Amino acid sequence: MRKDYSSWSLFTKGLRHNEGWDPAWRSAEPKPSYDVVIVGAGGHGLATAYYLAKEHGLRNVAVIEKGYLGGGNTARNTTIVRSNYLWDEAALLYEHALKLWEGLTEDLNFNVMFSQRGVFNLGHTLQDMRDIERRVNANNLNGIDALVLDAAEVKRRIPILNTAKTARYPVLGASFQPRGGIARHDAVAWGFARAASKYGVDIIENCEVIGMDIANGRIVGLETTRGPIRSERVGCVASGHSSVLAKMAGIRMPIESHPLQAFVSESMKPVLDTVVMSNAVHGYASQSDKGELVIGAGIDHYTSYTQRGSPHIIEHTAAAIIELFPMFSRVRMNRQWGGIVDTTPDACPIISKTKIKGLYFNCGWGTGGFKATPGSGNVFAHTIAKDDPHPLNRAFDLARFSTGHLIDEHGAAGVAH
Amino acid sequence: MFVFFCPHCGENREEEEFGYGGEAFIPRPSAPETLDDDAWGDYLFMRKNPKGWHWEMWSHNTGCRKFFVVKRNTATNAIAGSWTLSDGRKAYDAEGGAT
Repeated sequence: MRKDYSSWSLFTKGLRHNEGWDPAWRSAEPKPSYDVVIVGAGGHGLATAYYLAKEHGLRNVAVIEKGYLGGGNTARNTTIVRSNYLWDEAALLYEHALKLWEGLTEDLNFNVMFSQRGVFNLGHTLQDMRDIERRVNANNLNGIDALVLDAAEVKRRIPILNTAKTARYPVLGASFQPRGGIARHDAVAWGFARAASKYGVDIIENCEVIGMDIANGRIVGLETTRGPIRSERVGCVASGHSSVLAKMAGIRMPIESHPLQAFVSESMKPVLDTVVMSNAVHGYASQSDKGELVIGAGIDHYTSYTQRGSPHIIEHTAAAIIELFPMFSRVRMNRQWGGIVDTTPDACPIISKTKIKGLYFNCGWGTGGFKATPGSGNVFAHTIAKDDPHPLNRAFDLARFSTGHLIDEHGAAGVAH
Repeated sequence: MFVFFCPHCGENREEEEFGYGGEAFIPRPSAPETLDDDAWGDYLFMRKNPKGWHWEMWSHNTGCRKFFVVKRNTATNAIAGSWTLSDGRKAYDAEGGAT
Protein backbone atom coordinates (compact mmCIF):
# COMPACT_ATOMS: atom_id res chain seq x y z
CA MET A 1 0.00 0.00 0.00
CA ARG A 2 1.45 3.32 -1.07
CA LYS A 3 1.53 6.09 1.50
CA ASP A 4 -0.48 9.24 1.05
CA TYR A 5 1.31 12.37 -0.02
CA SER A 6 1.55 14.96 2.73
CA SER A 7 3.55 18.02 3.77
CA TRP A 8 5.61 15.72 5.99
CA SER A 9 6.44 13.31 3.14
CA LEU A 10 7.42 16.25 0.92
CA PHE A 11 9.69 17.54 3.70
CA THR A 12 11.38 14.25 4.55
CA LYS A 13 11.81 13.17 0.90
CA GLY A 14 13.13 16.68 0.18
CA LEU A 15 15.87 16.16 2.79
CA ARG A 16 16.92 13.08 0.81
CA HIS A 17 17.06 15.00 -2.49
CA ASN A 18 13.67 13.58 -3.52
CA GLU A 19 15.11 10.10 -3.91
CA GLY A 20 13.06 7.15 -2.79
CA TRP A 21 9.58 8.17 -3.95
CA ASP A 22 7.47 5.14 -4.83
CA PRO A 23 6.14 5.00 -8.40
CA ALA A 24 2.70 6.63 -8.41
CA TRP A 25 1.04 3.56 -9.88
CA ARG A 26 1.82 -0.08 -10.49
CA SER A 27 2.42 -1.09 -14.11
CA ALA A 28 0.76 -4.49 -14.33
CA GLU A 29 1.03 -7.59 -16.50
CA PRO A 30 -2.32 -8.74 -17.90
CA LYS A 31 -4.02 -11.49 -15.91
CA PRO A 32 -6.10 -14.09 -17.78
CA SER A 33 -9.40 -12.65 -16.60
CA TYR A 34 -11.02 -9.70 -14.87
CA ASP A 35 -14.48 -8.75 -13.62
CA VAL A 36 -14.34 -5.54 -15.69
CA VAL A 37 -11.94 -4.39 -18.40
CA ILE A 38 -11.79 -0.72 -19.34
CA VAL A 39 -10.35 -0.03 -22.79
CA GLY A 40 -8.45 3.25 -22.81
CA ALA A 41 -6.25 4.68 -20.04
CA GLY A 42 -7.07 8.32 -20.56
CA GLY A 43 -8.70 10.47 -17.90
CA HIS A 44 -12.21 9.11 -18.51
CA GLY A 45 -11.12 5.45 -18.50
CA LEU A 46 -8.99 5.79 -15.38
CA ALA A 47 -11.76 7.73 -13.63
CA THR A 48 -14.18 4.92 -14.52
CA ALA A 49 -11.86 2.33 -12.96
CA TYR A 50 -11.36 4.50 -9.87
CA TYR A 51 -15.09 4.94 -9.24
CA LEU A 52 -15.77 1.25 -9.99
CA ALA A 53 -13.34 0.39 -7.20
CA LYS A 54 -14.28 3.18 -4.81
CA GLU A 55 -18.06 3.37 -5.12
CA HIS A 56 -19.03 -0.07 -6.41
CA GLY A 57 -16.47 -2.32 -4.71
CA LEU A 58 -15.20 -3.77 -8.01
CA ARG A 59 -11.46 -4.23 -7.52
CA ASN A 60 -10.67 -6.98 -10.05
CA VAL A 61 -10.51 -4.40 -12.81
CA ALA A 62 -8.01 -3.76 -15.61
CA VAL A 63 -7.49 -0.61 -17.64
CA ILE A 64 -5.78 -1.48 -20.92
CA GLU A 65 -4.18 1.12 -23.15
CA LYS A 66 -2.74 0.80 -26.65
CA GLY A 67 -0.15 3.52 -26.05
CA TYR A 68 0.94 5.00 -22.77
CA LEU A 69 -1.12 6.30 -19.88
CA GLY A 70 -2.80 9.62 -20.58
CA GLY A 71 -1.03 9.96 -23.94
CA GLY A 72 -4.09 10.62 -26.07
CA ASN A 73 -6.57 13.44 -25.74
CA THR A 74 -5.95 13.72 -22.00
CA ALA A 75 -2.52 15.13 -22.85
CA ARG A 76 -3.74 17.09 -25.87
CA ASN A 77 -6.64 19.22 -24.69
CA THR A 78 -6.66 22.84 -23.57
CA THR A 79 -7.68 21.94 -19.97
CA ILE A 80 -10.80 24.12 -19.72
CA VAL A 81 -13.43 23.10 -17.15
CA ARG A 82 -16.94 24.60 -17.08
CA SER A 83 -20.57 23.45 -16.91
CA ASN A 84 -22.51 26.27 -18.59
CA TYR A 85 -24.42 24.10 -21.07
CA LEU A 86 -27.87 25.03 -22.32
CA TRP A 87 -30.02 21.90 -22.06
CA ASP A 88 -30.92 20.29 -18.72
CA GLU A 89 -29.45 16.88 -19.56
CA ALA A 90 -26.05 18.25 -20.55
CA ALA A 91 -25.92 20.97 -17.91
CA LEU A 92 -26.63 18.52 -15.07
CA LEU A 93 -24.03 16.04 -16.35
CA TYR A 94 -21.29 18.67 -16.65
CA GLU A 95 -22.31 20.24 -13.33
CA HIS A 96 -22.00 16.81 -11.69
CA ALA A 97 -18.45 16.72 -13.07
CA LEU A 98 -17.69 20.26 -11.89
CA LYS A 99 -18.80 19.39 -8.35
CA LEU A 100 -16.45 16.39 -8.40
CA TRP A 101 -13.63 18.62 -9.71
CA GLU A 102 -14.09 20.86 -6.69
CA GLY A 103 -13.13 18.05 -4.31
CA LEU A 104 -10.91 16.03 -6.62
CA THR A 105 -7.48 16.97 -5.28
CA GLU A 106 -8.47 15.91 -1.74
CA ASP A 107 -10.34 12.83 -2.96
CA LEU A 108 -7.38 11.55 -5.00
CA ASN A 109 -4.69 12.84 -2.62
CA PHE A 110 -3.07 14.19 -5.78
CA ASN A 111 -2.90 17.85 -6.72
CA VAL A 112 -4.76 18.20 -10.01
CA MET A 113 -4.15 21.98 -9.80
CA PHE A 114 -7.82 22.76 -10.37
CA SER A 115 -7.97 26.54 -10.60
CA GLN A 116 -11.41 28.15 -10.62
CA ARG A 117 -10.34 31.29 -12.41
CA GLY A 118 -13.63 31.73 -14.28
CA VAL A 119 -14.60 31.23 -17.91
CA PHE A 120 -15.79 33.98 -20.25
CA ASN A 121 -17.81 33.19 -23.38
CA LEU A 122 -17.74 36.37 -25.46
CA GLY A 123 -20.66 37.71 -27.48
CA HIS A 124 -19.93 39.71 -30.63
CA THR A 125 -23.39 40.19 -32.16
CA LEU A 126 -26.88 40.92 -30.88
CA GLN A 127 -27.82 37.33 -31.57
CA ASP A 128 -24.78 36.14 -29.58
CA MET A 129 -25.98 38.27 -26.65
CA ARG A 130 -29.54 36.92 -26.88
CA ASP A 131 -28.17 33.37 -26.89
CA ILE A 132 -25.94 34.22 -23.92
CA GLU A 133 -28.91 35.64 -21.96
CA ARG A 134 -30.89 32.51 -22.70
CA ARG A 135 -28.06 30.17 -21.73
CA VAL A 136 -27.27 32.07 -18.52
CA ASN A 137 -30.95 31.99 -17.52
CA ALA A 138 -31.10 28.27 -18.25
CA ASN A 139 -27.93 27.75 -16.18
CA ASN A 140 -29.35 29.69 -13.23
CA LEU A 141 -32.55 27.63 -13.32
CA ASN A 142 -30.35 24.52 -13.07
CA GLY A 143 -28.47 25.96 -10.10
CA ILE A 144 -25.34 26.63 -12.13
CA ASP A 145 -23.47 29.86 -11.50
CA ALA A 146 -23.52 32.12 -14.55
CA LEU A 147 -23.95 35.80 -15.23
CA VAL A 148 -24.16 38.18 -18.14
CA LEU A 149 -21.54 40.92 -18.28
CA ASP A 150 -21.56 43.98 -20.53
CA ALA A 151 -18.57 45.05 -22.59
CA ALA A 152 -17.35 47.61 -20.04
CA GLU A 153 -17.34 45.02 -17.26
CA VAL A 154 -15.59 42.48 -19.49
CA LYS A 155 -12.93 45.10 -20.27
CA ARG A 156 -12.55 45.88 -16.56
CA ARG A 157 -11.95 42.22 -15.77
CA ILE A 158 -9.74 41.47 -18.80
CA PRO A 159 -7.82 44.68 -19.54
CA ILE A 160 -5.79 43.20 -22.40
CA LEU A 161 -8.90 42.17 -24.35
CA ASN A 162 -9.63 44.27 -27.42
CA THR A 163 -13.12 45.67 -26.84
CA ALA A 164 -12.78 48.59 -29.27
CA LYS A 165 -15.94 49.44 -31.20
CA THR A 166 -13.79 49.57 -34.34
CA ALA A 167 -12.89 45.88 -34.07
CA ARG A 168 -14.07 43.69 -36.93
CA TYR A 169 -16.22 41.74 -34.44
CA PRO A 170 -16.61 44.10 -31.46
CA VAL A 171 -17.14 42.53 -28.03
CA LEU A 172 -20.68 43.36 -26.86
CA GLY A 173 -20.54 41.38 -23.64
CA ALA A 174 -20.00 37.89 -22.28
CA SER A 175 -21.37 35.11 -20.17
CA PHE A 176 -19.20 34.38 -17.16
CA GLN A 177 -19.03 31.24 -15.05
CA PRO A 178 -16.94 32.04 -11.95
CA ARG A 179 -16.60 28.38 -10.90
CA GLY A 180 -15.14 27.39 -14.26
CA GLY A 181 -11.42 27.28 -14.81
CA ILE A 182 -8.57 25.01 -15.75
CA ALA A 183 -6.86 21.92 -14.32
CA ARG A 184 -3.53 20.23 -14.89
CA HIS A 185 -4.49 17.60 -17.47
CA ASP A 186 -1.56 15.19 -16.93
CA ALA A 187 -2.08 15.30 -13.18
CA VAL A 188 -5.69 14.19 -13.72
CA ALA A 189 -4.51 11.03 -15.48
CA TRP A 190 -1.73 10.42 -12.95
CA GLY A 191 -3.98 11.12 -9.97
CA PHE A 192 -6.75 8.77 -11.12
CA ALA A 193 -4.15 6.13 -12.07
CA ARG A 194 -2.52 6.31 -8.66
CA ALA A 195 -5.81 6.25 -6.77
CA ALA A 196 -7.18 3.37 -8.86
CA SER A 197 -3.93 1.44 -8.60
CA LYS A 198 -4.12 1.79 -4.82
CA TYR A 199 -7.45 -0.07 -4.90
CA GLY A 200 -5.77 -2.89 -6.86
CA VAL A 201 -6.79 -1.89 -10.38
CA ASP A 202 -4.33 -3.21 -13.00
CA ILE A 203 -3.11 -0.56 -15.44
CA ILE A 204 -1.70 -2.25 -18.54
CA GLU A 205 0.02 -0.09 -21.15
CA ASN A 206 1.07 -1.02 -24.71
CA CYS A 207 -1.88 -3.40 -24.92
CA GLU A 208 -4.07 -2.78 -27.96
CA VAL A 209 -7.43 -4.45 -28.50
CA ILE A 210 -7.44 -6.28 -31.84
CA GLY A 211 -10.67 -8.24 -31.50
CA MET A 212 -13.68 -8.92 -29.33
CA ASP A 213 -14.96 -12.36 -28.37
CA ILE A 214 -18.72 -12.28 -28.48
CA ALA A 215 -20.88 -15.36 -27.91
CA ASN A 216 -24.70 -15.45 -27.91
CA GLY A 217 -24.92 -11.67 -27.95
CA ARG A 218 -22.69 -11.33 -24.89
CA ILE A 219 -19.09 -10.18 -24.59
CA VAL A 220 -16.83 -12.84 -23.10
CA GLY A 221 -13.37 -11.42 -23.68
CA LEU A 222 -10.93 -9.35 -25.70
CA GLU A 223 -8.11 -10.27 -28.04
CA THR A 224 -5.20 -7.94 -27.40
CA THR A 225 -1.63 -7.53 -28.61
CA ARG A 226 -0.60 -9.00 -25.24
CA GLY A 227 -2.84 -12.04 -25.48
CA PRO A 228 -6.48 -12.81 -24.74
CA ILE A 229 -8.15 -11.32 -21.65
CA ARG A 230 -11.44 -12.80 -20.44
CA SER A 231 -14.06 -10.48 -19.05
CA GLU A 232 -17.84 -10.41 -19.15
CA ARG A 233 -17.97 -6.67 -18.74
CA VAL A 234 -16.02 -4.33 -21.02
CA GLY A 235 -16.22 -0.54 -21.01
CA CYS A 236 -14.81 1.19 -24.09
CA VAL A 237 -13.51 4.71 -23.46
CA ALA A 238 -11.38 5.21 -26.55
CA SER A 239 -12.43 8.69 -27.77
CA GLY A 240 -11.25 9.04 -31.39
CA HIS A 241 -10.90 5.28 -31.86
CA SER A 242 -14.40 4.39 -30.62
CA SER A 243 -15.65 3.61 -34.14
CA VAL A 244 -12.75 1.17 -34.58
CA LEU A 245 -13.71 -0.69 -31.39
CA ALA A 246 -17.43 -0.57 -32.15
CA LYS A 247 -16.80 -2.14 -35.56
CA MET A 248 -15.18 -5.16 -33.84
CA ALA A 249 -18.52 -5.71 -32.10
CA GLY A 250 -20.58 -5.08 -35.24
CA ILE A 251 -21.99 -1.82 -33.86
CA ARG A 252 -22.36 1.31 -35.98
CA MET A 253 -21.63 4.61 -34.28
CA PRO A 254 -22.79 8.14 -35.17
CA ILE A 255 -19.22 9.33 -34.71
CA GLU A 256 -16.75 11.03 -36.99
CA SER A 257 -13.15 11.38 -35.84
CA HIS A 258 -11.56 14.72 -36.61
CA PRO A 259 -8.21 16.29 -35.77
CA LEU A 260 -8.44 19.17 -33.28
CA GLN A 261 -5.31 21.27 -33.06
CA ALA A 262 -3.98 23.33 -30.17
CA PHE A 263 -0.77 25.08 -29.30
CA VAL A 264 1.12 26.71 -26.46
CA SER A 265 3.36 29.75 -26.46
CA GLU A 266 6.64 30.41 -24.71
CA SER A 267 6.30 31.06 -20.98
CA MET A 268 5.53 34.64 -20.01
CA LYS A 269 4.77 36.70 -16.91
CA PRO A 270 1.06 36.48 -15.97
CA VAL A 271 -1.09 38.50 -18.38
CA LEU A 272 -4.34 36.54 -18.49
CA ASP A 273 -5.83 35.32 -15.21
CA THR A 274 -8.98 33.72 -16.60
CA VAL A 275 -10.25 31.68 -19.56
CA VAL A 276 -11.60 33.47 -22.63
CA MET A 277 -13.63 31.72 -25.33
CA SER A 278 -15.28 33.16 -28.39
CA ASN A 279 -17.56 31.27 -30.75
CA ALA A 280 -17.80 34.14 -33.23
CA VAL A 281 -14.12 34.76 -33.92
CA HIS A 282 -13.58 31.15 -32.95
CA GLY A 283 -10.72 30.77 -30.55
CA TYR A 284 -10.07 30.23 -26.89
CA ALA A 285 -7.13 31.00 -24.66
CA SER A 286 -5.91 30.77 -21.10
CA GLN A 287 -2.53 31.03 -19.43
CA SER A 288 -1.11 28.01 -17.65
CA ASP A 289 0.62 28.14 -14.29
CA LYS A 290 3.90 27.79 -16.17
CA GLY A 291 3.04 31.02 -17.99
CA GLU A 292 2.33 29.52 -21.40
CA LEU A 293 -0.65 30.71 -23.37
CA VAL A 294 -2.77 27.64 -24.15
CA ILE A 295 -4.69 28.22 -27.38
CA GLY A 296 -7.19 26.23 -29.40
CA ALA A 297 -9.91 26.66 -31.97
CA GLY A 298 -11.96 24.61 -34.41
CA ILE A 299 -11.56 21.12 -35.75
CA ASP A 300 -10.15 20.20 -39.14
CA HIS A 301 -13.19 19.47 -41.28
CA TYR A 302 -12.14 16.11 -42.68
CA THR A 303 -12.04 12.87 -40.71
CA SER A 304 -8.60 11.60 -39.76
CA TYR A 305 -6.76 9.48 -37.21
CA THR A 306 -3.38 11.10 -37.80
CA GLN A 307 -3.20 13.40 -34.73
CA ARG A 308 -2.19 16.32 -36.92
CA GLY A 309 -4.14 18.82 -38.96
CA SER A 310 -3.73 21.37 -41.71
CA PRO A 311 -1.73 24.59 -41.29
CA HIS A 312 -4.46 26.94 -42.46
CA ILE A 313 -6.46 25.99 -39.35
CA ILE A 314 -3.52 27.17 -37.22
CA GLU A 315 -3.47 30.43 -39.17
CA HIS A 316 -7.21 30.86 -38.58
CA THR A 317 -6.76 30.20 -34.85
CA ALA A 318 -3.88 32.65 -34.53
CA ALA A 319 -5.92 35.29 -36.38
CA ALA A 320 -8.81 34.83 -33.95
CA ILE A 321 -6.58 35.12 -30.89
CA ILE A 322 -4.85 38.25 -32.23
CA GLU A 323 -8.26 39.75 -32.99
CA LEU A 324 -9.12 39.31 -29.30
CA PHE A 325 -5.67 40.06 -27.86
CA PRO A 326 -3.66 42.28 -30.24
CA MET A 327 -0.71 42.28 -27.81
CA PHE A 328 -0.26 38.52 -28.38
CA SER A 329 0.81 39.17 -31.98
CA ARG A 330 4.47 39.17 -30.93
CA VAL A 331 4.26 36.05 -28.75
CA ARG A 332 6.21 33.09 -30.09
CA MET A 333 4.55 29.70 -30.16
CA ASN A 334 6.41 26.77 -28.64
CA ARG A 335 4.53 23.62 -29.55
CA GLN A 336 1.60 22.62 -31.72
CA TRP A 337 -0.22 19.29 -31.87
CA GLY A 338 -3.43 17.57 -32.83
CA GLY A 339 -5.74 15.17 -31.05
CA ILE A 340 -8.45 12.98 -32.55
CA VAL A 341 -11.86 14.04 -31.30
CA ASP A 342 -14.94 11.81 -31.63
CA THR A 343 -17.69 14.20 -32.74
CA THR A 344 -21.38 13.29 -32.65
CA PRO A 345 -24.24 14.89 -34.60
CA ASP A 346 -25.57 16.70 -31.48
CA ALA A 347 -22.21 17.59 -29.84
CA CYS A 348 -23.14 15.44 -26.84
CA PRO A 349 -21.51 12.23 -25.60
CA ILE A 350 -22.73 8.64 -25.76
CA ILE A 351 -22.58 6.90 -22.37
CA SER A 352 -24.51 3.78 -23.06
CA LYS A 353 -25.18 0.09 -22.96
CA THR A 354 -25.12 -1.60 -26.36
CA LYS A 355 -26.92 -4.43 -28.11
CA ILE A 356 -24.04 -6.66 -26.93
CA LYS A 357 -24.67 -7.67 -23.30
CA GLY A 358 -21.82 -6.56 -21.06
CA LEU A 359 -20.33 -4.16 -23.62
CA TYR A 360 -20.56 -0.47 -22.78
CA PHE A 361 -19.41 2.63 -24.60
CA ASN A 362 -18.43 6.03 -23.24
CA CYS A 363 -17.50 8.17 -26.25
CA GLY A 364 -18.55 11.02 -28.48
CA TRP A 365 -17.24 13.72 -26.15
CA GLY A 366 -15.93 15.50 -29.21
CA THR A 367 -14.06 18.68 -28.45
CA GLY A 368 -15.12 19.04 -24.82
CA GLY A 369 -14.44 15.86 -22.91
CA PHE A 370 -11.74 17.01 -20.50
CA LYS A 371 -14.10 19.13 -18.40
CA ALA A 372 -16.30 16.09 -17.78
CA THR A 373 -13.54 13.65 -16.79
CA PRO A 374 -14.57 12.85 -13.18
CA GLY A 375 -18.32 13.03 -13.89
CA SER A 376 -17.99 10.87 -16.96
CA GLY A 377 -16.06 8.19 -15.08
CA ASN A 378 -18.49 8.40 -12.17
CA VAL A 379 -21.68 7.81 -14.18
CA PHE A 380 -20.02 5.28 -16.51
CA ALA A 381 -18.83 3.24 -13.50
CA HIS A 382 -22.44 3.22 -12.28
CA THR A 383 -23.65 2.13 -15.74
CA ILE A 384 -21.20 -0.79 -15.82
CA ALA A 385 -21.59 -1.86 -12.18
CA LYS A 386 -25.42 -1.83 -12.20
CA ASP A 387 -25.84 -2.71 -15.89
CA ASP A 388 -28.15 0.30 -15.89
CA PRO A 389 -27.46 3.97 -16.62
CA HIS A 390 -27.06 6.51 -13.84
CA PRO A 391 -29.97 9.00 -13.91
CA LEU A 392 -27.54 11.62 -15.23
CA ASN A 393 -26.52 9.64 -18.30
CA ARG A 394 -29.83 7.96 -19.14
CA ALA A 395 -30.48 10.58 -21.84
CA PHE A 396 -27.07 9.97 -23.42
CA ASP A 397 -28.06 6.53 -24.70
CA LEU A 398 -27.02 5.39 -28.17
CA ALA A 399 -30.73 4.86 -28.88
CA ARG A 400 -31.31 8.61 -29.08
CA PHE A 401 -30.10 8.49 -32.67
CA SER A 402 -33.11 6.29 -33.48
CA THR A 403 -35.70 7.91 -31.24
CA GLY A 404 -34.72 11.43 -32.24
CA HIS A 405 -34.16 12.64 -28.67
CA LEU A 406 -31.00 14.51 -29.60
CA ILE A 407 -29.52 17.01 -27.14
CA ASP A 408 -28.36 19.82 -29.41
CA GLU A 409 -25.43 21.46 -27.64
CA HIS A 410 -23.63 22.91 -30.65
CA GLY A 411 -24.14 26.38 -29.21
CA ALA A 412 -22.60 25.68 -25.81
CA ALA A 413 -19.97 23.26 -27.09
CA GLY A 414 -17.85 26.29 -27.89
CA VAL A 415 -16.17 24.75 -30.93
CA ALA A 416 -17.80 24.59 -34.33
CA HIS A 417 -18.04 21.13 -35.86
CA MET B 1 -2.43 20.97 -46.21
CA PHE B 2 -3.90 18.57 -48.75
CA VAL B 3 -3.60 19.11 -52.47
CA PHE B 4 -6.62 17.65 -54.27
CA PHE B 5 -7.12 17.04 -57.97
CA CYS B 6 -10.51 18.35 -59.06
CA PRO B 7 -11.75 16.03 -61.81
CA HIS B 8 -14.11 18.71 -63.09
CA CYS B 9 -11.50 21.47 -63.41
CA GLY B 10 -8.61 19.14 -64.22
CA GLU B 11 -6.41 21.01 -61.73
CA ASN B 12 -4.46 20.28 -58.55
CA ARG B 13 -5.47 22.83 -55.93
CA GLU B 14 -4.83 23.38 -52.19
CA GLU B 15 -7.25 22.25 -49.51
CA GLU B 16 -8.44 25.76 -48.68
CA GLU B 17 -10.35 25.83 -51.99
CA PHE B 18 -12.39 22.79 -50.97
CA GLY B 19 -15.13 21.91 -48.52
CA TYR B 20 -15.46 18.50 -46.88
CA GLY B 21 -18.62 16.62 -47.81
CA GLY B 22 -18.35 13.57 -45.57
CA GLU B 23 -18.68 9.87 -46.31
CA ALA B 24 -19.52 9.13 -49.97
CA PHE B 25 -22.16 6.84 -51.43
CA ILE B 26 -24.64 6.75 -48.56
CA PRO B 27 -27.77 5.70 -50.44
CA ARG B 28 -30.91 7.66 -49.67
CA PRO B 29 -33.63 5.13 -48.79
CA SER B 30 -35.98 4.77 -51.75
CA ALA B 31 -39.08 4.52 -49.54
CA PRO B 32 -38.34 6.43 -46.30
CA GLU B 33 -41.94 6.12 -45.06
CA THR B 34 -41.57 2.33 -44.84
CA LEU B 35 -38.44 2.44 -42.65
CA ASP B 36 -38.44 1.84 -38.92
CA ASP B 37 -36.70 4.32 -36.60
CA ASP B 38 -33.50 2.29 -36.41
CA ALA B 39 -33.07 2.15 -40.18
CA TRP B 40 -33.84 5.85 -40.60
CA GLY B 41 -31.47 6.77 -37.73
CA ASP B 42 -28.81 4.61 -39.34
CA TYR B 43 -29.19 6.49 -42.62
CA LEU B 44 -29.14 9.91 -40.94
CA PHE B 45 -26.45 9.49 -38.33
CA MET B 46 -24.39 6.31 -38.45
CA ARG B 47 -21.05 6.53 -40.26
CA LYS B 48 -18.27 4.08 -41.11
CA ASN B 49 -15.55 6.43 -39.82
CA PRO B 50 -12.86 3.89 -40.76
CA LYS B 51 -9.22 4.01 -39.74
CA GLY B 52 -7.82 3.39 -43.18
CA TRP B 53 -9.14 3.93 -46.70
CA HIS B 54 -12.17 6.18 -46.82
CA TRP B 55 -14.34 7.15 -49.76
CA GLU B 56 -15.43 10.72 -49.19
CA MET B 57 -16.91 13.72 -50.96
CA TRP B 58 -15.30 17.09 -51.35
CA SER B 59 -16.74 20.14 -53.09
CA HIS B 60 -14.61 22.61 -55.00
CA ASN B 61 -16.06 25.65 -53.19
CA THR B 62 -13.94 28.40 -54.71
CA GLY B 63 -13.62 26.73 -58.12
CA CYS B 64 -16.30 24.90 -60.10
CA ARG B 65 -18.49 24.45 -56.97
CA LYS B 66 -19.08 20.81 -57.89
CA PHE B 67 -18.80 17.72 -55.71
CA PHE B 68 -16.35 14.94 -56.48
CA VAL B 69 -15.08 11.80 -54.73
CA VAL B 70 -11.70 11.24 -53.07
CA LYS B 71 -10.31 7.98 -51.75
CA ARG B 72 -8.12 8.95 -48.80
CA ASN B 73 -6.42 6.98 -46.04
CA THR B 74 -7.46 8.40 -42.66
CA ALA B 75 -4.55 6.70 -40.89
CA THR B 76 -1.80 8.08 -43.15
CA ASN B 77 -3.44 10.96 -45.09
CA ALA B 78 -2.42 9.25 -48.37
CA ILE B 79 -4.70 10.03 -51.32
CA ALA B 80 -5.40 7.29 -53.85
CA GLY B 81 -7.22 9.48 -56.36
CA SER B 82 -10.12 11.77 -57.27
CA TRP B 83 -13.12 10.90 -59.40
CA THR B 84 -16.36 12.46 -60.51
CA LEU B 85 -19.30 11.02 -58.55
CA SER B 86 -20.29 8.60 -61.32
CA ASP B 87 -16.75 7.41 -62.07
CA GLY B 88 -16.03 7.17 -58.34
CA ARG B 89 -19.11 5.03 -57.86
CA LYS B 90 -17.82 2.58 -60.45
CA ALA B 91 -14.39 2.40 -58.78
CA TYR B 92 -16.06 2.02 -55.36
CA ASP B 93 -18.32 -0.78 -56.58
CA ALA B 94 -15.37 -2.49 -58.28
CA GLU B 95 -13.77 -2.74 -54.81
CA GLY B 96 -16.97 -4.26 -53.48
CA GLY B 97 -17.94 -1.06 -51.64
CA ALA B 98 -15.18 -1.68 -49.11
CA THR B 99 -13.96 1.02 -46.76
